[in-house]
Order: sequence, then C-alpha cells, then structure tokens
Amino acid sequence: MSVVASDAAIPLAAPSRRRVSFRAVFGLSVLLLLGGAAVLAPQLAPWEPGKQMLLKRLRPPVWQARGLREHPLGTDHLGRDILSRILYGGRISLGVGLTAVTLAALIGVSLGLCAGFFGGRTDAFIMRVVDVFLAIPYILLAMGVVFALGPSLLNVILVMGATRWVQFARIVRADVLSIREREFVAGARARGNRPLRVLLRHVLPNALTPIIVVATLELAFMIIYESALSFLGLGVQPPTPTWGWMLSDGRNYLANAWWLATFPGLAIMLTVLAVNLLGDWLRDTLDPRLKV
Amino acid sequence: MLGYVTRRLLQSLGVLLGVSVIVFGLLHLTGDPTRLLLPLEAREEDVRQLRALLGLDDPLYVQYARFLGRAVQGDFGLSFKHQLPALTLIFQTLPATLQLTAAGLGFALVVAVPAGILAALKRNSLLDAICSVGVLLGQAMPVYWLGLLLIMVFAVGLGWFPAAGRDGPASLVLPAAALGAFSMARIARMARSGMLEVLAQDYVRTARAAGIRAFVVTYKYALKNAAIPLVTIVGLEFGVLLGGAVITETIFAWPGVGRLAVDAIFSRDYPLVQAIVAVLATTFVLINLVIDLVYTYLDPRIVYVRSLR
Repeated sequence: MSVVASDAAIPLAAPSRRRVSFRAVFGLSVLLLLGGAAVLAPQLAPWEPGKQMLLKRLRPPVWQARGLREHPLGTDHLGRDILSRILYGGRISLGVGLTAVTLAALIGVSLGLCAGFFGGRTDAFIMRVVDVFLAIPYILLAMGVVFALGPSLLNVILVMGATRWVQFARIVRADVLSIREREFVAGARARGNRPLRVLLRHVLPNALTPIIVVATLELAFMIIYESALSFLGLGVQPPTPTWGWMLSDGRNYLANAWWLATFPGLAIMLTVLAVNLLGDWLRDTLDPRLKV
Repeated sequence: MLGYVTRRLLQSLGVLLGVSVIVFGLLHLTGDPTRLLLPLEAREEDVRQLRALLGLDDPLYVQYARFLGRAVQGDFGLSFKHQLPALTLIFQTLPATLQLTAAGLGFALVVAVPAGILAALKRNSLLDAICSVGVLLGQAMPVYWLGLLLIMVFAVGLGWFPAAGRDGPASLVLPAAALGAFSMARIARMARSGMLEVLAQDYVRTARAAGIRAFVVTYKYALKNAAIPLVTIVGLEFGVLLGGAVITETIFAWPGVGRLAVDAIFSRDYPLVQAIVAVLATTFVLINLVIDLVYTYLDPRIVYVRSLR
C-alpha cells in the first residue's frame, strides 16, 4: 500500500507538460488578440472613444432591455461607447506596461550585473538599495513623485520603471554570482578582455533566461500598476481613455450601471491572466528551478 | 547566532537610513517647498523670510542631517493641512490599517493554506483544477476591481455588508476579502508547490515504507517542512498588503493610513506624506526582521547560508 502511495506522489511529467502548453497557447492567443485589438483600435472601434452622445447616456449592453445594437457593451455617463474606449485603453495599458518593464529591466539588469560581477562593497551597496526599495510602499512613492512632477505619460512610465527594477536586480545578481565562476569567464578575462566587455559579451547572454521570465511576469504586474495609478487619478490624463480611469468613473454608478466598472476590469483581468500564463509557461520550460 | 542577529540589526538600520534619504528627497522633488506653504500672491520678501525660517538656504546635507535628527525622535513636523504633528495623525489611523491588513492576511491564510495542501495531496483532481483556476484569477484580478465587484454584489445587490466605512465587524468583511485575494492566490500556489516538493522527498518515502500511517506522514512530517518557506512569504506579503491597503482603503472609505496618505498626496501635505512613507517602511523592515529571526529558529541552516553570501 505504501508503494502505491509513493507512486502517486511522484510527478508524472508527460500529462502536466501537455496541460502547461495548452495554457501557454491560450495565453499567447489571448495576448495576440488583445495586442492586435490595441494596435488596430482606430480601425476596429465603432466610435470615436471621446465622442459624447448625451442622448444615449448610461445605456446597458446590447443583450439587456434598453440596450442599443450600435453600442454592444453599452455607454457611460457621458454617452461614450464603452467598447471603443476599452479598445483604445488597451493601447495605454499594453504600451505603458511594455515600456515600463523595459525601463525597469534596463535599470535592474545593469545593477544586478554590477552587484554580482564586482561583488564586495559594490554588491553590498546595491543590495542595500534593493532592500530600501523593497521596504518603501512603491505605490505611495509613485503617487508622491507623479503628483509632484505632474501626471504625464512620460512621468508615469519613468516612475513605474524606477520603482519596479528590484526583481530584475535580485535575479540577475544571483545568476551572475554562479556564472562568473565558470571557466569561459575566466578564459575571457585571461585573454585580456576588459571587465565591461566580459560582462556584456560573456556573462549577460548566459543570464538572459531568467530576465525574460521576470520581464513577462513583471509585465502583468505593470498593467495592474498602471491602471491602479489611473484609478487613483495619477495616470495618463483624460481625455485619453485608460482602463483605470474607466473603472474610477464606474465607481459612481455601481448601483445603477454595472457595466461601467465591469468591462474595463474584465479587460485588465484577461490581459494580466494571459501574460501570467505565458510567463508561467516560459518559466517552467526555460528554467524550472527559478522561483519568481 | 548572536553575530547573525547583530548583523541583521545593522542591516535593518542601514535600510532605514536609505529610506530616510528617499523620504527626504521626496520633499525636494517639488523644487521650492515654500511655494506650497504660501499663497500664490505672496511677496518675494515673505518667501525669502520663510525660506530662512525653515532653513532651506542651508546646504542640502545640513538640511538632511536636521531632518534625520528630528525624524529619529519621531518629529516629522506639522501636517500642512491638519496643523497637527504628522506622527499623531498616523497613530490615530494606523490601528485601522493594521486591523484591515491582519484581517486580509488572516483571510488569505485560512483559505489558501488548506486549499494548497489539499490540491497537492489530490494532484490532478477536480479540486486541484478548481484551485489552479482560482489562483490564476486571484493573481489577475486587481484589488480595486475586485473591491468594486464585491460592493456591487454584496453591498448594493444583496445588502449583506456595508459598502463603506469602518463600523463593526461586518464592515471589515468586504475590504479584507478584496485586499486578501491576491495574497491568497500567491500563498495557495506556494503551499501547493511546497507540499509537492516535500512529498517527493526521501524521508517521506522512508516514513511511508516504515509503515507510518498516511495521515501522520502528511500532517506531521510533510506539513511541518512545507511550512518553512511559507513563513518568509508571509513577511513579504505583509508589505504587499500594506501597499494594497492604500487602494483598498480608498475604495471602501476605510479610515486608515492609506486613505490618509492619498489625501495627503492630493493636498500636497508633504510632511504627512514623508511621515507615512517612513512609518510604513519601518513597519515593513521590523516585521521582516522578526520573521528572519523566527526563520533561523525554525531552520538553523539558514544562518550559515546567509553568512556565506
């Protein structure tokens, strides 16, 4: 009996791998669909996202009574088409998310490389800075800074990147610590390469896998982060439609217009879900040891 | 062990020093703080006088030293808006936030740990599938949206719980559920993978081979070892929750530090913002210090590994 029990505990590789890749395919397709919809928003959207039609205020989605066929997901309190606004909002969410992750990766990877490669005091200093950023509630810091500098697209991206580089630094540092001991690094040094060249040509390419995985998972986070700032009124400013703003607008109509707050939230959830599925799959396939 | 504790204490102090630099920098980001304090039509002479009064003409490092000296004594200055010491305001609202955070974390743990363990024990079952869908949704749902949905369904629709405010235990349910959901997903995931890992260990197989009952093996041998990484996660999760509380409190009009902070930011009440960031960061550092020390007690190997680093 005990033999049977332990058999069941040993993970069966084949079925779980098949299930993981189904998830990845699902995530990737949803993401491509959403990305495509965001890029093609001007062509796809039935209405101008900012067009107010006050005679058609607060119309429910098409399947409810009073719903209109030309507004499949209904209209908001100013009579703007929800579907069109969600399509346009995706441009901000995905665009800002991708840029902010890139920025965070640039900062984090550079610092992580330096910490891991040079070690000693450099390492100790950088890791303490990492601890400081872990300790500060990043959303408050971001709000404070964005408010002080003024909420603009650029400031939002800068602040998001500057507060979320920590994961990259930690993971890269840990990887570099082991890579730098390998023979090819010693070889590259012995050939008289300068440290910067060794770092960029020999160490960095070998640390790419975890960077890709972290970047994917952080993208999901950044999308939530951006819409949180928008929700609090500190994101990209109106009239640009963002999912966070739409949610924040919908807050005042929870009792009589459920669709205002529901659909933008669904859009955020679906996007984050897709990115997470992709990230999980990347991690399991590329580097199962990685714990992010 | 004592060496480790000392080093860890010094590290925490270093982190707090770093936090103070950032908090100090926050005020100077706006350029000239006197412009915030005086009405727009203030005369140039008044501005100069106030600058001198506040010591803003001194070199930055002198200002920083003065700021740090006061902050260590708990003096962050008067809140511009409330005209009360910033720290007093924080201590008035901190209990509400800690209550919300603890309830959120408690809710997350109570649901997530059993769910994760059961999912691991019944791997690839329907229960496991339901769990992983729950985890995926929980991780993808932003707290502000979940909060709105909960209000829509349970407050507006069914009328079971109040939609806002802090008034008795019933008012705690929705905010705690919204705040705890994300952590719940993460903890359930950790519990499941941790448990799977432990179940595959040799000592579990040995215990089973020795004929020890499955129940004892699972709950005494495996669970104890799977609990260790969970302790660290709880520490980090606490920081996530404190950050999430800012948004949750805004949605549910919960009178805590988070709402105070949002309010302070929008009214450019910089001393208050500085004090809140400093207090929350200190709380986070202290909790993680305690957890690290508990951790070394649970797993003595940790000290050795960390000191090698």
